[in-house]
Amino acid sequence: MLKIEAVLQPSKLDAVKDALLEAGIEGMTILEARGHGRQKGHTEFYRGREYTVDLLPKVKIEMVVPDELKDKAIEAIIGAARTGRIGDGKIFVSPVLDAIRIRNDERGETAL
Amino acid sequence: MHPGTLEGCSSQDLVHRLLGANWKMCRKRIVLLFSLILLPSLALAQQTAPPAQATTESQLAALQQAAQAAQTSGDNAWMLVSSALVLMMTGPGLALFYGGLVRRKNILGTMMQSFAMMCIVTILWAICGYSLAFGHGNAVIGGFEHLFLKNVPIAVDPQNPYVTTIPEQTFMVYQLMFAIITPALITGAFAERMKFSAMALFLSLWSLLVYSPMAHMVWGVGGLLNFNGGRFPSLDFAGGTVVHITSGVSALVTALYLGKRMGYPHTKMAPHSLVLSFIGACLLWVGWFGFNAGSALNSGPLATSAFINTHFATATAALGWTIFEYFHNGKPTALGAISGAVAGLVAITPASGFVQPMSAFVIGLAAGFVCSFMVFKVKSIFGYDDSLDAFGVHGAGGTLGALLTGVFAASIINPVFGKGNPTGGVDGHWAQLGNQVAGVAIAWGLSIVGTLVLLFVVDKLIGLRLTPEHELAGLDVSQHGEEGYDFNS
Repeated sequence: MLKIEAVLQPSKLDAVKDALLEAGIEGMTILEARGHGRQKGHTEFYRGREYTVDLLPKVKIEMVVPDELKDKAIEAIIGAARTGRIGDGKIFVSPVLDAIRIRNDERGETAL
Repeated sequence: MHPGTLEGCSSQDLVHRLLGANWKMCRKRIVLLFSLILLPSLALAQQTAPPAQATTESQLAALQQAAQAAQTSGDNAWMLVSSALVLMMTGPGLALFYGGLVRRKNILGTMMQSFAMMCIVTILWAICGYSLAFGHGNAVIGGFEHLFLKNVPIAVDPQNPYVTTIPEQTFMVYQLMFAIITPALITGAFAERMKFSAMALFLSLWSLLVYSPMAHMVWGVGGLLNFNGGRFPSLDFAGGTVVHITSGVSALVTALYLGKRMGYPHTKMAPHSLVLSFIGACLLWVGWFGFNAGSALNSGPLATSAFINTHFATATAALGWTIFEYFHNGKPTALGAISGAVAGLVAITPASGFVQPMSAFVIGLAAGFVCSFMVFKVKSIFGYDDSLDAFGVHGAGGTLGALLTGVFAASIINPVFGKGNPTGGVDGHWAQLGNQVAGVAIAWGLSIVGTLVLLFVVDKLIGLRLTPEHELAGLDVSQHGEEGYDFNS
């Protein structure tokens, strides 16, 4: 089992969600986030006072998938979220030790 | 068009004709109504007075009385509406304008400062503020003959020194609204860092010891700066010196005395809701018609003139500020547009009943540029934390407006120095500019000295500033024990 986390432009959320569903991934958690990578923030002006806003609004999608779905999931996210410009976001993949369904104590991939 | 026949009539024609017929009927009814109203009084007069000549005299007297009553109704209606409009400038106008500009944790505290003035100054005004401003007294301050509103008549008195067609009580309550907003304007300079108790005490004393004398000098009978017989006859139609210079300059003094907010200027202190500020600014714009046009103290042509000038100057000032800003940072901001509008309203205030509409355009545009320059450049050069720019807008705008009034005042609009006598620079009377400078200098002097003394006294008595912990927590929680926004309830 793998955990895939993707940080995205908020405007790409719907497209990515649809692409993931099409790829057969049924469960996901979506978080509203703020952050920045190499992308610079923007400046705001209030009566001539300049403020640099370097934390930009992002969304983060988290999902845990069986190993064999890894490539399909990554392809789906890239396909839907890429614009080719700075700020498109990042994907992180990490191993998951176990998964437990709270309702009936199922373990492992069957719990996903 | 075939006016004679119905067949040839367009539908528009028909409407006109029907209206015409209606109007004729209306006129007949009005004449009938008036004769019915006048008949009983005439009948009475006939019964008591000797015939012929006396009847004509009493008829004339009755007519004169009716005419006066009609004028009182018209003027009083406008002045009561104006009073309400000026109150609306403080709450909700100024409360929203300032409230949106502070950080989220200070919204209620900031709005409460304006609201507190609505309550406290009202009480002070009735007890002695009105007397100190508009009692006879001397050239600097009024006397005590109107304590507790004694001898302020509810009846119209043609011999009254202030108002001849409305009750002095109306004048009193109208002037009260000015006395409320003036100290409330100062709160913009010490935003987010003064104790509520200190604010209430300081501004109460300020209202009596700075505002009332200044109002007396400019508008009071026998005042030093009164255009009608004062030592320096200066022109201030609706309060450029009395309201805006006093509040703006006192704001600067307060900001300097108190020092900066914690973290200024490195921490981000951006406005938490420009939407609130936007609504507030628009309410100020509308309320200002009561402020300026109401200062005619009647509903005649002078009120119209002040109304138009107020509107015109506001439009060009918003434009001026926005243009300045566009060249400064490349974007026309909403905050810039509304700040410019307020600057224009401030600058036209002393001039509104003296200048022609095209002069109002010039005054507004100048205010837009000058005030934005003060706020963008001068403030950062000197580094004072005039948090919401009470000085940059009201102090600078008020000073500019007072001086430009001396330049643009035209006797064709308001022959204050007598028919045919020149009024301001455009009439060739450049000496008026000197009188305006005297008015400005006295307003600055009184504000600086008065405010410094009062701040010192209040600071020694109860302390002015919030503790650092309270300042960090915000006015809402630390001073009032509540929060403006609770997103969890």
